[in-house]
Amino acid sequence: MDLFLGLATGILFGFFLQKGEVLRFEKQVGFMLLKDMTIIKFMMTAVLVGMVGIYALHGIGMISLSIKSANIGALVIGGLLFGIGWAIAGFCPGTSVGALAEGRIHVLWAIAGMVVGAAIFAEAYPLLQRTVLTWGAYGKVTLPQMLGVSPWLVIAVFIIVGLSAFRLFEKKGL
Amino acid sequence: MLPDVAGALTGILAVLSVAVTTLVIDRTMYLGASTTFVRAAGYVEQVVIPENVQANEYLQQNRPRVDWQMMVVGGIFIGALISARLGRSAKLETVPPIWKERFGTSATLRGVGAFIGGMILMFGARLADGCPSGHGLSGNMQLAASGLLALVFFMVGGIITAHLLYKK
Repeated sequence: MDLFLGLATGILFGFFLQKGEVLRFEKQVGFMLLKDMTIIKFMMTAVLVGMVGIYALHGIGMISLSIKSANIGALVIGGLLFGIGWAIAGFCPGTSVGALAEGRIHVLWAIAGMVVGAAIFAEAYPLLQRTVLTWGAYGKVTLPQMLGVSPWLVIAVFIIVGLSAFRLFEKKGL
Repeated sequence: MLPDVAGALTGILAVLSVAVTTLVIDRTMYLGASTTFVRAAGYVEQVVIPENVQANEYLQQNRPRVDWQMMVVGGIFIGALISARLGRSAKLETVPPIWKERFGTSATLRGVGAFIGGMILMFGARLADGCPSGHGLSGNMQLAASGLLALVFFMVGGIITAHLLYKK
């Protein structure tokens, strides 16, 4: 049953990613060159709608959160490395398979690279576990917990910032 | 479809998926993609160097098996295929325009770039413990400190590199 649910979710996710035109190298690199905010608009509305829904369900005790650890060293170094590779490849892991379905066949090389990159990481893991992954490990913490405020206050701030950014993009025609 | 509309629908999908998996399989599943590539690497190694899969701690933590997330990633392919067919927006592309303008029409050079980029980004994603799906979407929806930090550094790394690489 979990496999069926995963497949159904993935099909809808892929449908929306393709319809939103975010699967393309041009859109991903276009954002990184700050010329086209398509992928940011997609991500922003997804996150803003999602945070309201997730915290509503969490508030009534229906679901649990699944927070990843705030390991500062790993997030900064890993995040920057991801960004470097993302700019060269022009695809990210989730969109890569969708880009292939859309006919962008050069993504096959990126997908192959990603599999090799995962294998290299697996070899480096013991060393990283002793080093980078211990640098600034703050555990599974959320922004409202860190700030000591209600999650709804943080959500309100995100919505205001998000809508302002959106208006700016529209005004500048990005 | 406008990207903001598609994004909002994806937000609803992510919340529905969290609710339905909790109710039906009693596990709360958040969208992600990059762990699947670790399992895929395990599958490849099982053919080429099977003893390494047994010996490697990380591949044992993320064993080569078909799980919920791998089905999501497979589903993305099917969903994008259906959407591209229905909307007649599929396009055979070997070298994208921005790349062509900077590095020329060679599909081989583009292939080498895509491969190296893919390798670096996946190493980074596994070190950061997530990609734009797991951290960017799911992490930020949950207001995770890690999600915001990861997304900021994904963008900083990407923006700097893209400017160095493609700007003339």
